[in-house]
Amino acid sequence: MTPEITAKPQHTNLGLSDGDVLRMYGYMVLARVLDERMWQLQRAGKARFVVSAPGHEGAQVAMVWPLDRERDWFVPYYRSLAACLVKGMTPTEILLSVLAKATDPSSGGRQMPGHYSSPRLRILSGSSTVGTQYPHAVGIAYAAKVRRTGEVVVVSIGEGGTSEGDWHEALNFAGVHRVPCIFCVENNRYAISVPLHKQMAVDSVAVRAAGYGMPGVSVDGCDVLEAYRVMREACERARRGEGPTLVEFRVERLSPHSSEDQQERYRSPEDLEAARRRDPLVRFGGYLRSVGLLDDTRDQALWARARREVDEATEAAERAPDPDPATLLRHVYHDPEPDRPADPVYWIPRE
Amino acid sequence: MPELRYLDALNRAHHEEMARDERVVVLGEDVGAKGGVFGVTAGLLERFGEERVIDTPLAESAIVGCAIGMAINGLVPIAEIQFADFLHPAFDQIVSEAARMRYRSNGAFGCPLVIRVPYGGAHGTALYHSQCVEAFYAHVPGLKVVAPYTPYDAKGMLKAAVRDPDPVLFLEHKRLYRIVRGEVPEEDYEVPIGPAVVRRPGKHLSVFTYGWMLHETLRAAEMVQPEGIEVEVVEIRTLRPLDKLTILRSVAKTNKALVVYEDNRFCGYGAEIAALIAEEAFEELDGPVMRLGGPDVPAVPFARSLEEAWMPDADRIAQAIRRLARY
Ligand SMILES: Cc1ncc(C[n+]2csc(CCOP(=O)(O)OP(=O)(O)O)c2C)c(N)n1
Repeated sequence: MTPEITAKPQHTNLGLSDGDVLRMYGYMVLARVLDERMWQLQRAGKARFVVSAPGHEGAQVAMVWPLDRERDWFVPYYRSLAACLVKGMTPTEILLSVLAKATDPSSGGRQMPGHYSSPRLRILSGSSTVGTQYPHAVGIAYAAKVRRTGEVVVVSIGEGGTSEGDWHEALNFAGVHRVPCIFCVENNRYAISVPLHKQMAVDSVAVRAAGYGMPGVSVDGCDVLEAYRVMREACERARRGEGPTLVEFRVERLSPHSSEDQQERYRSPEDLEAARRRDPLVRFGGYLRSVGLLDDTRDQALWARARREVDEATEAAERAPDPDPATLLRHVYHDPEPDRPADPVYWIPRE
Repeated sequence: MPELRYLDALNRAHHEEMARDERVVVLGEDVGAKGGVFGVTAGLLERFGEERVIDTPLAESAIVGCAIGMAINGLVPIAEIQFADFLHPAFDQIVSEAARMRYRSNGAFGCPLVIRVPYGGAHGTALYHSQCVEAFYAHVPGLKVVAPYTPYDAKGMLKAAVRDPDPVLFLEHKRLYRIVRGEVPEEDYEVPIGPAVVRRPGKHLSVFTYGWMLHETLRAAEMVQPEGIEVEVVEIRTLRPLDKLTILRSVAKTNKALVVYEDNRFCGYGAEIAALIAEEAFEELDGPVMRLGGPDVPAVPFARSLEEAWMPDADRIAQAIRRLARY
């Protein structure tokens, strides 16, 4: 059956091929399936903590899509699952961190899941301390400018994080030096339980850009193509040497803040239902159907493929070894002799 | 007397102090509708309203800095910082501002405020939800630093902190919240900031400790009891000002001292107690003053295998006790 075409394609105007948009959707599906798997592993007692991002996938795919996967930098936050997949992390790599395995590329099992890092892909390790990644991104972009590498930096955070001093200090620095950095904010209207109106006295984070001498754009992060258009422009600006852009993505948080949170305590059923109606997967899937690129059969095949990939990744991650306790003291300092434990004086192994 | 969890004892203290004195306000991230990430501020918003229970923007420096201003102008703020690891963005406000206000104004301005913060490693809390920060702050003149262990003390010391004319950093080991239970009177009482307390009398050696390490030390003391080692366990529930007398008295009785703390051993709080004993009780000692601290890594790693290797616990404390007892 050929799908019925009811709308004019918009993606081609943005320079995206049919294959591109299907791949974008594929990443969103993969992120959603992986996300669900993380929760299953948590419920099964195998993962000790989960922080996920259903509802943010559209914005995140758009955010990283214009980047050069090898050359450009991405400085994530704990919700950046889909973005890290697009940048090149594999489901296995992600699950290695969820299960805290020795071969977890993010931290060797030292950090909680959600602290994505990949030196190979220029994804920078972050702490849990909200806001600290913003100045790092500015520094990376400054170095790129000075060293004339042509690299662009994308950094992300939630809207709550924009209250931190680090956030403002970073934008100010970036504005002064016109660095090639795109400041993304994933505004899901909640910082754990704290609603937007208690977080800031403005409706949109984007208006803050004016104070730092850069353009600020607010975009519906559930509209993948519009979000991509904004990001592409911002990246082009950065590459032309015209400086940073602040981009706010209005998204939904379809899950609790983390596996430690019950959002029903502070969100009304109506609010949660309204959020679910804005699911970016449904929306983008709908677009692809309307332009004849997707139908039930193809959609099911995509989901089935993602499930297979995630099943295989789960098996691989579960088979991986746990960190060796003897490595506890390693990497506190640069350690040129990997077999010699650092600082043996201060810690007695168990008798 | 009702048996309460540590967490509920703290919650009671908030309710009672806010009802007693309308100048008392609570501020922090998620302290309102959510009742705090651990539930310590549950029910306060419903009872006392948004003006006195403030869900703040996500900005620790602003939480403490604004609390300082509130304290200067007639309110008595209790600021909650979600985790001790996230106290660092407010370091400057605490150290350079709150702690020095009185001294730098020649006594004219004081900062009667309480900063409450969960700290310490627990299962699965990893690098950024488990730090011990007491050494940073106990170092600072002008700050009081407390770390009560029993629910009784939690309620009584929080009240004392609220009523104290100076800034108090109130450390709550997060493992205590739901595990430790104890009798807590319903009436108003204070447990004064300052005195240490002997939690278990003994005659062969003294262990000085606080927070979750008290829990592990009491277990270790049980473990070595059948071997004929009678351990005296002293809880340093106020880290600054330090109750020297109780420490020196205990050393005079047992002649041996071990200090146990979870923080990184190097430059940790226990070093101060060790130095005090070395300087002021040298004549009493039958062995070296020893320290058992956490390993010198940034904090507890997430993976179970590494976490288990990291954990200073009763077994390790018992090992250290046996070593010292041999002198
Ligand atoms: C400095 C700091 N303070 C507090 C926290 C605890 N915390 C973790 S996430 C979070 C809320 C963040 O909300 P937002 O920035 O809006 O991002 P979202 O989780 O909604 O994506 C808080 C308060 C932290 N990790 N770091």
